[in-house]
This record gives sequence, C-alpha cells and structure tokens, in this order.
Amino acid sequence: MKRGEGQWGDTVFKSIAVAAGATIIGAIALMGLFLIIKAIPSLQANHANFLTSTEFLTSDADNLRFGIRDLFMVTVLSSVFALVIAVPIAIGIAAFLTNYAPKRLARPFGMLVDLLAAVPSIVFGLWGIFVLAPWLTPVATLLNDNLGWFFLFSQGNVSLAGGGTIFTAGIVLAVMILPIITSVTREVFALTPRGHVEAAQALGATKWEVIRMTVFPYGRSGMIAASMLGLGRALGETIAILIILRTAAQAGHWSLFDGGYTFASKIASAAAEFSSPLPTGAYIAAGFVLFALTFVVNALARAAAGGRVSGG
Amino acid sequence: MTATLDQPVKAPTFHPVSTSRKLKNNIATTLFAASFVVAMIPLAWLIITVLAKGVTAVTSSTWWTNSLAGVLPEELAGGVYHAIYGTLIQAAIAAVLSVPLGVMAAVYLVEYGRGRFAKVTTFMVDILAGVPSIVAALFIFALWIATLGFEQSAFAVSLALVLLMLPVVVRNTEEMLKLVPDELREASYALGIPKWKTIMRVVVPTALPGMISGILLALARVMGETAPVLVLVGYSRSINFDAFEGNMASLPLLIYTELINPEAAGALRVWGAALTLILIIAALYLGAAFVNRYLTRNRV
Repeated sequence: MKRGEGQWGDTVFKSIAVAAGATIIGAIALMGLFLIIKAIPSLQANHANFLTSTEFLTSDADNLRFGIRDLFMVTVLSSVFALVIAVPIAIGIAAFLTNYAPKRLARPFGMLVDLLAAVPSIVFGLWGIFVLAPWLTPVATLLNDNLGWFFLFSQGNVSLAGGGTIFTAGIVLAVMILPIITSVTREVFALTPRGHVEAAQALGATKWEVIRMTVFPYGRSGMIAASMLGLGRALGETIAILIILRTAAQAGHWSLFDGGYTFASKIASAAAEFSSPLPTGAYIAAGFVLFALTFVVNALARAAAGGRVSGG
Repeated sequence: MTATLDQPVKAPTFHPVSTSRKLKNNIATTLFAASFVVAMIPLAWLIITVLAKGVTAVTSSTWWTNSLAGVLPEELAGGVYHAIYGTLIQAAIAAVLSVPLGVMAAVYLVEYGRGRFAKVTTFMVDILAGVPSIVAALFIFALWIATLGFEQSAFAVSLALVLLMLPVVVRNTEEMLKLVPDELREASYALGIPKWKTIMRVVVPTALPGMISGILLALARVMGETAPVLVLVGYSRSINFDAFEGNMASLPLLIYTELINPEAAGALRVWGAALTLILIIAALYLGAAFVNRYLTRNRV
C-alpha cells in the first residue's frame, strides 16, 4: 500500500462524510427558507391580522382572511393538557422500571412501553374517536356539569356527545407521547450515581425517600428535557388530531370541550386543495409557525439536557 | 459526674421506620407500579380493538391479492394490495435515499466530527428529529412541487419520509459505531490501513447488525406516516407501479379515504387496513429483533 494512495482515499471519504453532515444542516435551513418564501405573498395578500384573527378563509384567493389565534389555542391547549397527563405517568413508569421492577423484567417491560411508539398515529386516531371517545363522554359530561364555571371545563364550541373535543384529543396525545418521555426519563434515572443512592440508604431512607432525595434531583434536568421532547411531539401531531377533533363554527375560548383545528390538522385538512399558490401559502404560513414552535421547544429540550437528548 | 446513666446518653441509632414513612413508601410503590399498568391499558386495548375489528377484512379471500378498482363503496369485495405496494415502495425509496446519507453523516460525527461544525450537525439532527411530519411534507410541497414544478407523486412522499427517517438512522448508526471498540481501529491502523478503509472494512461491518436493525425500526416508524401522503400524493383505488407518476394508494391514505365511506364495508376496510399496517410494522420489529439476536452473536 502506497502512502499517497491512502491519503487520497481518506480525503475523498472524509469529504463525503462532511457533505452528508452538511446536507442535514442544509435541509433544516432550506426548510425554514422555503416555508417563508412561499408564505410571504399570502401574508401580504392577507386581509385579516395573521396573529390575532380567528378566521381561516382561503377559498377566495382575492380576499384571503386568515389568522392563527384559534389554531394556536387548540394546539397549545391540547398539547399542554396531554403533557399534564403524560409527564407524571411517564415519571412513575421510569421510576418503576429503574428502581422497582425486577432486573429480568425491566427490559421487556420497557420494550412494552416503547411499543406504544410503534403504533401509527392514524391507528391512535381511529381508536381515540371510535373506541375511547364513547367511554370518555360520561366523564366529560360530569366535569362539564360540576366544574363548568371553570374555563377549562366550560361549555365548548362542539357537542360533548361524540367526543370530538380537545379533552379526547389530549388524552390520546398523552398516550402517544408517553413512550418518548418515559424512555428519556428512564435513561437519566438509570444514571443516578450509585454513591448517592447508597448514601441515602445508609441514612436509613426508605425506597421512596431514596428516590425523592437522589433519583429525582439528579434527573430533574432530564425530566424537563423529556417533557419538552414530548411537548414537541404533541404540538406537531397531525392525523390523530384531525380524525378526533370536530370542526367548530365559532372560535374556542380555552375550554377542553372545544373542537377546531391545530396547526398540523388544519394544514392536513386542506391538503387536497393545495392547487393555487395564494391559498396554499396561507397554510404554509401556519406551517412555518409550527416549524418555529417545534424548533424552539426542541432547542429548549437540548438546552435543558445540557447537550444531546436521544429518545428515538 | 454523678451519673444517673440508667439510660444511654445517645438515642438509639436504629429507630423502627415510623408508620407515616412506611405509609408514604407504600403509596409511592403503588403509584409507580400503577403508572406502568395505566400505560399498558391503552396498548392492550388498542391492539385488541384492531385485531377484533380488522380480522374479518384481513382474512377475506381477496384482501391480499386484489385492489379496490371497480369495487363499489358498499361492496364487501376487493383488497388492499395496491395500498400495501404503495406503503412498501414509498418506504423503500425513502430508505434507499436516507440510509447512505444517514450512515455517512453518522460516520462523520463519530469518526471525524470535532469542533464547531460537528456540534452544529448534532444540533440539527436533534432539530430534524423534532420536525413534525406535516411540516416535512409541507416543505417538500413548497420545494418539489410549488417551486421546482413537479407533479404530486409517490416519490414526493418518499422525499418527505427521507427527512423523517434521516435523524433516526443517524442517531442509531452513531450509537452502533460508538460501540465498536477502539482497539479494532487501532489494530487496523497498525497494519498500515488508511482510515477510510478501516471504517469501511472494520468499523462499519462490526456495527452492521445493529445498524440494520435500527434501519428496520426507522422503516416501521415512517410506514405509518399519514401527513406526507395526504399532502404529496393523490389516492388511487387501483394499482400504480410507477412511483414517479400518478396517484398511488398507501395503507394510511386508504384508511383516511375510507373513513368518509358511511357504508359498513368502509369500516371493515378501515380496520382491516389498520390491522394490515400493524402486521407489517410487527414484522419489521420481529426482523429487527432477529437481526440483533442472531447476527450480533457472530461478531465481536
């Protein structure tokens, strides 16, 4: 083997590898760029305020009226509601798998939780609206009857019967984001230094006290990062939400019993009509807001974890 | 020291655990175990539902061999082989494009990546992993269809799936390459083999089983994606073998289309297609487990 030959090969090979890395950076950059380019003409032709209007009328290209207030409300409310349900359960599962489950069973149990991530979101949507929603309707009615004075449980803009509400959607979303939050949290919990745990045990701490004094404080940033990743997933979930949520005639008022569209489901609902550029641009503008939102949330997750967050 | 030491100066070191602490401990144990059970309920419920509702359609004689061409909405006939073909070919094209790219990016990050550019790349991989599928689809629409002027096609769907597969492939390959012991690399260098050949002939082959199983799981992940097919390709009731032209069905798109079919046959098709999709994904998971178990043992 001549020396020069190897060096030449190395240079080429390294260049290819660097180019592959650059492609990924380029993809994200292009994504932001093209979404903006295609959105700008529609934003200029918009007759309503993009940020504060609850209308989304794109059928008349000469009189576009679209705003994202209602989309934002539904997206954030359903995602945060999902997070409120999923995070405590995920932390519980992670604690169970790392500290309670017998060593032999911890792995298969963990894989079972991961299986939830394998189910396609459209199947979650079908199950959510046809199977789960009828079960949730009595619960929703109960909450609405007794706690209706509280804005989250007040009468929404769609009928409770049928269950096409943010309430149902949020619970389905919670199930969907459970595996990612669990797997990241579990990874961090498993890294708790042995010394901390043993020190707590030496002080006579019960198992719960060990977890409260060592595992939770050590894993706090990991839990925050995991929640952020879960939030990012929930914000962008499309088809399950599209199938579950009912269309509402009026804008919602931050009630869990509202219907309507999230950014993602709004875009998907109109996908068949993407023919003329101006109306399509309205949806692309909404898509850009979603892109920016998930970018920020994922960047925050990374910052919270102090570097890489996996959670495939 | 007129000692009245009839009792120890120091309180006994070992107190029995107080009732309230025991109680808290038991409550915590119960809650942790219960949260696991709570997570298993939807999984079991969902799988049982899909099996129960999908089995009729899936076991019908024409399900795997026919398309829905010429089948009336209310007719209990036809099959979904056109949609199965669409799902498989779209995912396959996505894999052909994203695997080399993803593997090379991972090779860069593990074997070469130092400094700022590598940091930006890992950051962008994380961001790409968080991009919602609808945004990826919209981006491909804006670039491929609205700007470059191509028609909607299965290939456009594959392009969007590439974006969704890439981060999964990169991360998994990275993990696997990191598991390759440095001794192997050093032994190869000591024999005078250049770095690129070491990577191609020593490092990658060693990590290959893990990489393959990761790729299978990534495929399973993108096959169920519905947002890209909604935006980027039209539905077809008959078979279309050409990924570059025309409408093409896929299982998620068939489910979404048949949802608005009010007939009983529509519901059967919806759940049948959902079960078919889950069976394909299960097969990929089993394949991944098989590769992991039987091919890894012969190496390292």
